[in-house]
Amino acid sequence: MKISKEQVLHIARLARLRLEDGEQERFQEDLNSILDYMDLLNEVHTDNVRVAVHTLDINNAMRNDGVVASQDRVLALKNAPETKNGNIVVPKILD
Amino acid sequence: MSKEIYDVVIGLEVHAQLLTSTKIFCGCSTDTGLEPNTNTCPVCMGMPGVLPVLNKRVVDCGIKLGHATNCRITEDNIFARKNYFYPDLPKGYQITQFDEPICTDGYIDIDGKGHAKRIRINRIHMEEDAGKNIHDVDAPYSYVDYNRAGVPLLEIVTEPDISSTDEAVAYLKDLRQLMQYLNICDGNMEQGSLRCDANVSVMKKGAEVYGTRTELKNMNSFRNVQKALEFEIERHIGLIESGGHVVQETRLWNASSNQTFAMRSKEESHDYRYFPEPDLVPIVIDESWIAEIVQKLPELPREKRQRFMQQYSLPSYDADVLTQTTGLADYFEQCAGLYDRPKEISNWIMTEVLRAVKDEQTGLKDFKVTPGMLAGMLVLIRKGTISGKMAKDIFEEMLSTGKGPEEIVKDKGLAQISGEEELKDVVACVLEEHPAEVNKYRQGKTQVMGFLVGQVMKATKGRANPKLLNEIVKEMLS
Amino acid sequence: MFDTARRYRYEEITPSKEIHGLIERIRKDSHNAFITVNADEAFEDALKADRELDDEKENALLGVALAIKDNICTKELKTTCASRILSNFVPSYDATVIERLRKNGAIIIGKTNLDEFAMGSATTSSFVGPSKNPWDTARTPGGSSGGSAAAVAAGLCAGALGSDTGGSIRQPASFCGITGLKPTYGTVSRYGLVAFASSMDQIGPMTRSARDAAVLYDAIKGYDPRDSTSIDMGYNPISLDPLDMRGLRVGVPDVFFADGLAADVHKAVDSGISTLNELGAEIVPVDLPHIRYGVAVYYIIATAEASSNLARYDGVRYGMRVAETEDLMDMYMATRSKGFNTEVKRRIMLGTYVLSAGYYDAYYKKASQVRTLIMQDFNRAFEKCDIIAGPTTPVTAFGLDDMIDDPLSIYLLDIYTIPANLTGLPAISVPCGFDRDGLPVGMQLMAPALREDSLLGTAMAFQEYTGFHEATP
Repeated sequence: MKISKEQVLHIARLARLRLEDGEQERFQEDLNSILDYMDLLNEVHTDNVRVAVHTLDINNAMRNDGVVASQDRVLALKNAPETKNGNIVVPKILD
Repeated sequence: MSKEIYDVVIGLEVHAQLLTSTKIFCGCSTDTGLEPNTNTCPVCMGMPGVLPVLNKRVVDCGIKLGHATNCRITEDNIFARKNYFYPDLPKGYQITQFDEPICTDGYIDIDGKGHAKRIRINRIHMEEDAGKNIHDVDAPYSYVDYNRAGVPLLEIVTEPDISSTDEAVAYLKDLRQLMQYLNICDGNMEQGSLRCDANVSVMKKGAEVYGTRTELKNMNSFRNVQKALEFEIERHIGLIESGGHVVQETRLWNASSNQTFAMRSKEESHDYRYFPEPDLVPIVIDESWIAEIVQKLPELPREKRQRFMQQYSLPSYDADVLTQTTGLADYFEQCAGLYDRPKEISNWIMTEVLRAVKDEQTGLKDFKVTPGMLAGMLVLIRKGTISGKMAKDIFEEMLSTGKGPEEIVKDKGLAQISGEEELKDVVACVLEEHPAEVNKYRQGKTQVMGFLVGQVMKATKGRANPKLLNEIVKEMLS
Repeated sequence: MFDTARRYRYEEITPSKEIHGLIERIRKDSHNAFITVNADEAFEDALKADRELDDEKENALLGVALAIKDNICTKELKTTCASRILSNFVPSYDATVIERLRKNGAIIIGKTNLDEFAMGSATTSSFVGPSKNPWDTARTPGGSSGGSAAAVAAGLCAGALGSDTGGSIRQPASFCGITGLKPTYGTVSRYGLVAFASSMDQIGPMTRSARDAAVLYDAIKGYDPRDSTSIDMGYNPISLDPLDMRGLRVGVPDVFFADGLAADVHKAVDSGISTLNELGAEIVPVDLPHIRYGVAVYYIIATAEASSNLARYDGVRYGMRVAETEDLMDMYMATRSKGFNTEVKRRIMLGTYVLSAGYYDAYYKKASQVRTLIMQDFNRAFEKCDIIAGPTTPVTAFGLDDMIDDPLSIYLLDIYTIPANLTGLPAISVPCGFDRDGLPVGMQLMAPALREDSLLGTAMAFQEYTGFHEATP
């Protein structure tokens, strides 16, 4: 059993997900079966094999330090659930 | 005091906001003080589907600072994602560098108690700033402004080489000065363009194992860094001496109560799940790029100090003060180009100019008395047109009106009287009006001359050339 | 698409009439291919195209109706990714590919259905319900670009854009009997494509023919300074002539024909490869020893990247936010839990786990190393051949009611398509026959990086010869 119930809850919290009843067990089962499958990779010898982050061979994609006009605030906040005086409002963290 | 049996171990993490025109991954400007959320775009707001594109000037800044702090410049730079949730972090991750930071293994030599002390720099890396999250004191809400999200930062991390709070401040001052010289950061802690977090622990002298350290945040000036560290060191020692132990935690400095407090929010130790940023490709810094940057580097503080001492025959104290900032050093040198007595210029700058700049709160750039005006005034003193004492008034006048010294002297008829004949007339008048004092002097009470000289000064409204006046009065009294 | 352009050119129909006709069909259509129909703007654009056609008869895209997968941002047109969490999101910006299409005069007729956030193989996990396969409406059109595939197959548009991270263009193309191209990673800008797995995502054309795919690919490809992973290939239009197959070496890997491949699919693809041979190609065996690890590698890396890419959907700046929550943590959790479906949550959990402290080396790092080995397999194989051929997917379209409840089994169906995403290589699916139930079978062709010309040329030659792509449901 790779993932315990506590671990499932821990991961959910890290990912800011709240699991319903039944979801905990479901995910625990799913994740365990998937991770068991991933053991397949242990067959492969990877000492000294480079890590592939990109499939491209590009370096140094950069831009010059020139100002591009910003977006109008109306557009920036158009999709915001709640705003006040141009700020986005969110609930506070309670201690 | 028990402090003497403990060694203090301090490491500093500084975040410097860079003076680039635009943010690190988008073309929004880095201007501050704007209305909330008026300086954003889909990229720095973390909208769906957007992608980061690196600002080359940020890399240039990293190379500059790395070179100036004797670091090794990394050839293959990789960016990474640091994942966590917070409202001011638009993407839910910060793009930073984890493995392969742009600079490693450098140092700054600070002046520690008469000899240079080397503070090693572990790493310097590039990253983006978050937005601002302001808590409402009265209501259960926070207000988020993304203007600052994406502003470029360099993070500079030292090894735990700092052994006192004085050294900590010296390091911060030197680092700030270096960044100001390189024109990469204006180093303003109060406004947040320079931020400092500290790691501190104590250990009994001779112990082999480091003590438990705590992390300090929320110190918004060099003074507060020093006070916070002092407090925390005392607190650690107090705990240890009373049989307790230091808990590894993050503490915030409270500048009004002058104490540190453990962070109250349930800060679970973060698992940032760093992994290489797939939206950015490696940045390869080769020799020619470094050479291009190094070639354009300005004279650095150490070099300038040395040169000032040699070229202008200034003592090290003067050189230190004058090279505090490139602005001040340039001010001095412009003046020195117009008047050939550097020590005089230095004295005036160190006393009157710096005081006035501080009082005016304008900053040197907007200071009304230009180097030309100062030089002009010094020339007038040398020529004898005005006295040294008068110069102070003229300086104030230049400051308030912005007029040049010659114009002020002319307008106010302040030219010193140095004509012998003219002075002799006035002296004669005064001696006539005070026969009792003249007698006293002739009877041996020589201190009375001061009074008589003073009377002449009064009659000439202070314009008499003091040296000449003294000679004439002495002569005419005998 | 070409058909449409030709009809415009010979004035058999005007764009306005064409668009009106299509909108009518869409409104009556029951395949649930669209999330949003862009009628008003499409009518306006069609009127403009009516006027401009006089001068621009050579433009193959002017006035042509295209459907866009709803994970590609369209300015002022709702872009939902088929998720509750973005159900009300209206971008203020176009994806780069959309800007380019608009510049060419193409008309965006609507946003098509997908598996939520492009995570799935059946377009059944969308908040607007499943799309249906035009060949058999009791079956899925595949996923995640199922809506686009259905729209093209049902004649509701001239062509469509999809996105492909593990096979999401090619597999639905295969299930719906159309052509779908996943371009070389980096050739089509990802700016404006809602990210799933950043190192694998690519936007590509889904069309009724390889020729149409070439035209559409040409219009959207090319360097974009807003995408740091964008390749500068210079001006390099794809030839619209079928490739002369003589001398072409077609590699066939054993491992693509092993257990799990449905018999009818096997037969149809075999026949397709024989056709290539008849056209003059040489068939050579090639070895891809690390392919068997592809699914494991993919589901570690893609979910890791996705878990990070989806962190921004937190109810703060846009999208759904659950109201009346106790505090910030409550708001995050309530919003994300209600806003994401089960499959998305599952992948976020898996991705979070494989990146978490203590597991990074064993999973993410290991997978990234095996990825390198898979890339090396293909580099070696392409020394011996110019094209690699095989089935697109082991099965044909499965029933909407037969959805397997085991995620792992579903993931394993991506075995043939995943390698192109892991390696960044271009791959296309073309119809190559039917199974005993009359359902389309797709043959997949792969080429070395930046060799879309070879891929599309081969596909065009195949289609000219076989005509499978002309069949309609």
